[in-house]
Amino acid sequence: MEMPQPNTRVLNRKAHIVQRLQKILPESAVIFEEQEVRAYECDALTAYRCPPMIAVLPSSTAEVSAVLKICNEEGVPVVPRGSGTSLAGGALPTSDCVILGVARMNAVLETNYDDRYIRVQSGRTNLSVTGAVEQNDFFYAPDPSSQLACAIAGNVAMNSGGAHCLKYGVTTNNLLGVTMVMMDGEVVEIGGTYLDSAGLDLLGVICGSEGQLGVVTEATLRILRKPEGARPVLMGFDSNEVAGACVSDIIKAGVLPVAIEFMDKPCVEAVEDFAKAGYPEAEAVLIVEVEGSETEINDQLAKIKKIAMKHKPVELRESKSEEESAAIWAGRKAAFGAMGRISDYMCLDGTIPVSELPLVLRRIGEMSQKYGLKVANVFHAGDGNMHPLILFDANKPGDLELCEEFGAEVLKLCVEVGGCLTGEHGVGVEKRDLMLTQYNQKDLDAQMDVKDVFDPKWLLNAAKVFPLSSSDDRRAI
Amino acid sequence: MNLKSETDVASYVSDANADGRRLRIVGGGTRQSLGNPCKNEAVLSTTGLNGISLYEPGALTIVTASGTPLADIETALAAEGQRLPFEPMDHRGLLGSSGVPTIGGIVACNISGPARIQAGACRDSLIGVRFVDGTGTVIKNGGRVMKNVTGYDLVKLMAGSMGTLGVLTEVAFKVLPAPETSTTVIVKGLTDEQAITALSSALTAPYGVNGAAHISKDATTLIRVEGFEKSVAYRAAQLQTLLGPLGDTTIVNDDSLWQAVRDVEPFHATNTDVWRISVAPSHGPQVAAVLRQINDDIQVVYDWGGGLLWVSTPNDMDVRAALPRISGYAECLRGTAEKRVPQNAAIAKIEQGLRAKFDPKGILNAGIMG
Repeated sequence: MEMPQPNTRVLNRKAHIVQRLQKILPESAVIFEEQEVRAYECDALTAYRCPPMIAVLPSSTAEVSAVLKICNEEGVPVVPRGSGTSLAGGALPTSDCVILGVARMNAVLETNYDDRYIRVQSGRTNLSVTGAVEQNDFFYAPDPSSQLACAIAGNVAMNSGGAHCLKYGVTTNNLLGVTMVMMDGEVVEIGGTYLDSAGLDLLGVICGSEGQLGVVTEATLRILRKPEGARPVLMGFDSNEVAGACVSDIIKAGVLPVAIEFMDKPCVEAVEDFAKAGYPEAEAVLIVEVEGSETEINDQLAKIKKIAMKHKPVELRESKSEEESAAIWAGRKAAFGAMGRISDYMCLDGTIPVSELPLVLRRIGEMSQKYGLKVANVFHAGDGNMHPLILFDANKPGDLELCEEFGAEVLKLCVEVGGCLTGEHGVGVEKRDLMLTQYNQKDLDAQMDVKDVFDPKWLLNAAKVFPLSSSDDRRAI
Repeated sequence: MNLKSETDVASYVSDANADGRRLRIVGGGTRQSLGNPCKNEAVLSTTGLNGISLYEPGALTIVTASGTPLADIETALAAEGQRLPFEPMDHRGLLGSSGVPTIGGIVACNISGPARIQAGACRDSLIGVRFVDGTGTVIKNGGRVMKNVTGYDLVKLMAGSMGTLGVLTEVAFKVLPAPETSTTVIVKGLTDEQAITALSSALTAPYGVNGAAHISKDATTLIRVEGFEKSVAYRAAQLQTLLGPLGDTTIVNDDSLWQAVRDVEPFHATNTDVWRISVAPSHGPQVAAVLRQINDDIQVVYDWGGGLLWVSTPNDMDVRAALPRISGYAECLRGTAEKRVPQNAAIAKIEQGLRAKFDPKGILNAGIMG
């Protein structure tokens, strides 16, 4: 992974910069000893590591503002970090950077059920946002698999999704406002507790900008009343094609389940060994979940089962109890962990038009043969967001590179059939160099123009998202 | 000038940019009085960019040229039992305009309707755009899949940018199944405060409410549920039980009620000024009360559970000045006041910076957003 040359002028001034930061932050919030900054050397994309020059852990918007002001004056690159769960290397440091971690900022600032919002500091974890409102039967809808650990700051930066976004949308559809600190330290309020703002939709472009436009310190999130109940049904089919056709038919019939999850045979086998979820022996397994009252659930599931029967499922199992529902989901939720137990893997995140599912799965199978690396597929089928897991051996020289080559070919295929490189994980460093397969230089220039406006010196997370060759001139300023 | 393709638009804008000729972008022309008056020397019509280029019902996606009439899109979707989720308002009645609304205009103004409370605004369903920026460069962002975080989300930025960042040439949407049935619970005789409380309790109940409005003049409160027949019957009955203690409730199946809210029909045949105010729902009645103190000849239609106020005022009343500390946003739709003003200096600076990048000479709908 190519990263920009570290700025030696900045590195030479480390002691001075540390001193300035120590003046505005408590002692424990400035980390600069070599062995201590190592804790921040990577995120969940562990293949790439680089200890930062300094890490800071501010506790308030004012402290974040003071930190950024100093970094801006000193010309120090800044990499914002939520909980460090990015699978795309979004929080990967450079050796000359200050890592700005928001983990200490995790308070709930305001909860308003009548107006259906919660305002939190951005270091709060996704699941604990729901945790703060569930005693009143409310929840925060976006539910990335890492929700136990991932921070709202990262969710906003990556515009995170989850299993239930077919019905509830992704982060951008559930974000009402942010407090953001600009690179020069200015604090701006964007959006708020109301739906439509004046002027340009800045909130829309900040969400998903991968920490390159500013540091979000507070977020106003839409909360929703929990449905009366939910129930999954598990279906097994004897080919990926048939399962894909079933998904398409369910959607066409006007039923909109909250989730449609797809697992292929290699994934199901790994999950069975690990989680003993009782999944059937089938080439492809679907989990379809619907919500509502008992009557509504029965009505919707009857419609779904009728459609599924036309595709001759080898198994169709409706949950009969809370325990059975939990068991059905346990397998899916354990999928990544189960794969991790048997092998190193790389998780891809391309999205494709749902209609291309059979073709893409077949081509991935062919590539698997070609590269000699196994693949397990597990993904959100309703919205076409795939998660092929390519298995490799990190200890075998050349295997990671082979795996990356394979991954790149899969992502290029996703773009070729009308999809995109990443559906919910973000570009980070991982897919940075593939951006020109989806966009041309002018498309990227338009995006980088936006960064120019927010961060004219390109100090914020600058080595991400855009191929270095595309951003060279701008970063040099 | 008859522009038939994106290439035509690009070369037309490129020429205008070279000459510093300011353009007014017009689709169907039904919303031309939205925003501030533009300074322009020529008009760019998008109506030659017409047609649906891709529609996949099984993937819930549609891609169309920006000048395509909304009606054509709705017809195509209806044939497959689907619809646009955001229920776009028709401005012709309120603005006294004529013409045929096009999808590009809807995106440029981020137009939505009562369903926005549940299904989101136009910007939430928009998944891809192609546009020509102020220098004549063609730019694409997003695509035709509903989950896409590849690079910055310029799709959102374009929605509601009123043509100031570029001329939209193609737009792609996530669509939804049209419901089997739609039912409205009506509560009569509530004051504004009582009505917003009722709407709030409906919206915080687990019944999937996707319309929540109140018309002050008739003291009529409307709550809509949609979906499969059995489910809708169940949820409507539950809501009736929930709201029964507040006033007389009835259940009706009448879509025209929601068309009236969506298009603000109560203010059509009047010469009053009309304002659109966005606030937190529970602040709605306070905003109305403040305005009524200044002049009691004010009418209010609340939508989005109270978070959107359509306010009819006597001519030339300065609504913005009356609400200096409002946490929200007031836009003039009909009247002599400045239609739109920037929210604050910090945001105005960012917006100016973006416009300077996308339209360096300021030739696209100059001045329309204030």
